[in-house]
Amino acid sequence: MIHIAELQKNFGNVRAVSNISFDVAKGEVVGLLGPNGAGKTTTMRLLTGFLTPDHGVVEVAGFSVQEKPLEARKCIGYLPENAPLYLDLEVTTYLQYIAALRGVEKNQISKRIRNVIELFELGDVVGRPIGQLSKGFRQRVGLAQALIHDPQVLILDEPTSGLDPNQITDIRQIIRNIGRERTVILSTHIMQEVEATCSRALIINKGELVGQGTLNELMHQGRGKTSYIVSAKVRRAVFAEALQKLSGVTIGEWLSAEGEVEQRVMLTGGNGHDRGEDLFQMAVQSGFPLTELRREKQSLEEVFRELTQ
Amino acid sequence: MGAAASGFRARVRAQKTSRCRASKMNTIITISKREFTAYFTTPIAYVYLVTFLALINWLFFRGFFLMGQADLRSFFAITPWIFLFFVPAVAMGKWAEERKQGTLELLFTLPIRDRDLIFGKFFGSLGLIVAALLFTLPIALTAELLGNLDWGPVIGGYVGLTFLGGAFLAIGLAISSLTENQIIAFIGGVLACFVLYFLGSPLFSWGSGLIAQAMQYASLATHFESIERGVLDTRDIFYYLSVIGLALFANVKVLESWARK
Repeated sequence: MIHIAELQKNFGNVRAVSNISFDVAKGEVVGLLGPNGAGKTTTMRLLTGFLTPDHGVVEVAGFSVQEKPLEARKCIGYLPENAPLYLDLEVTTYLQYIAALRGVEKNQISKRIRNVIELFELGDVVGRPIGQLSKGFRQRVGLAQALIHDPQVLILDEPTSGLDPNQITDIRQIIRNIGRERTVILSTHIMQEVEATCSRALIINKGELVGQGTLNELMHQGRGKTSYIVSAKVRRAVFAEALQKLSGVTIGEWLSAEGEVEQRVMLTGGNGHDRGEDLFQMAVQSGFPLTELRREKQSLEEVFRELTQ
Repeated sequence: MGAAASGFRARVRAQKTSRCRASKMNTIITISKREFTAYFTTPIAYVYLVTFLALINWLFFRGFFLMGQADLRSFFAITPWIFLFFVPAVAMGKWAEERKQGTLELLFTLPIRDRDLIFGKFFGSLGLIVAALLFTLPIALTAELLGNLDWGPVIGGYVGLTFLGGAFLAIGLAISSLTENQIIAFIGGVLACFVLYFLGSPLFSWGSGLIAQAMQYASLATHFESIERGVLDTRDIFYYLSVIGLALFANVKVLESWARK
């Protein structure tokens, strides 16, 4: 549905997007992750044709955004950052206007408006000018506008920014539902958002794609390192000697004081192999009472930090 | 057989292009309507219209009863001056606000052509100017009631004012697309319109050299005066249409250099 290859965009001397390539298939919800200023918004603006790339290919639903801009844009529903709206317009008047400009057939417009009003629970604010609405409702009107023409591809720039926790949960639920039949690409800098809504994430830093894959793949990507926390009732010197004999793990940090009865240590293991069993065998052979053996799961946040620093 | 097939193909093609054209027209009409009604969703339109009409009526009738002549010559002399401020005020927010609010980003990602968007804005705003002119018709009717009005120059004058308003508007819109600040757009628009209107006057062009003649030709006032005399010359119409066309073209280019860069 979305095909991006070797995308590049400079603003003067600043390289905003540098050599990004990815594909998004139908029925996928993909999160575009990155710190502020990483190039998420620029990538989305290139996707929607608001900006023109210096180099590279952008295709949406098989149409090149540069060569067939109107056809490509017809397939896209776009919610720009901060949901810009006409504050003077009444909610349904606004939706009618956008529907007409998005090429919805005249006799379908009121049906589509009813659909999105129901979907985003906008019934209570119908009849009021958008300028009087709260941030949460404005965001929902923005989403309604993006879905009014039932697009194949939905591009959402920070769709949950400025919403309260309940609204965030609602919007994420809606996005997940939409994503079943459509292609959704959303940007965010909140990890939980990706964990909650996306099947796949693309991590961007300083204009470059530094990681991509399903959430599980990303968790393993990091530096391929896992850490273990091991405690045993044994003197430190003996414990350290036994651990040093073990291949594949190195002592990271002692978490207990030198003289304590129970020694606690954090180990780092490489190569993505699980060393849990080796650690257990070591303890059995050396005969220490093992009180704790835990593999620290790397959180997406840590992966993100690793990839973007 | 072959002829029938090619005839059929031609028909299909004709249908396709006409449908395409219809959708473009629809886009322009949709945007124009929105832009015209946008003036009335806030008190802006009423403030503009009341100010415009109060000024023109006061300035006109002040001299009209003294002169005791049933003609509108002074009306057509005063209105361009008021237009010089009224039209840039109508145009100032049109792009500046869209840029400031960020709504331009949405407009530029809709499946519409950039120039249709600009045409839509232009015709929607022109609607307000035409409405303002229609509200001055009682002035002409008063003159008709009190004396014997020669309608030829009056109709010519109104046509001329519409084109002049259109030219000021296109220039004002182009200036508005350059900035996010309405006040700057207004002042810039007034200045640009002022220079182009008075280009042929001794203020800017003196002597009778080639440059002076060119400046007189390029001046909006020169062409307005001949239309106002009741002479609808195609050359003057062509001139106004070219000014409007050039300004709108500049408008498209400015916005594209900002958005599609």
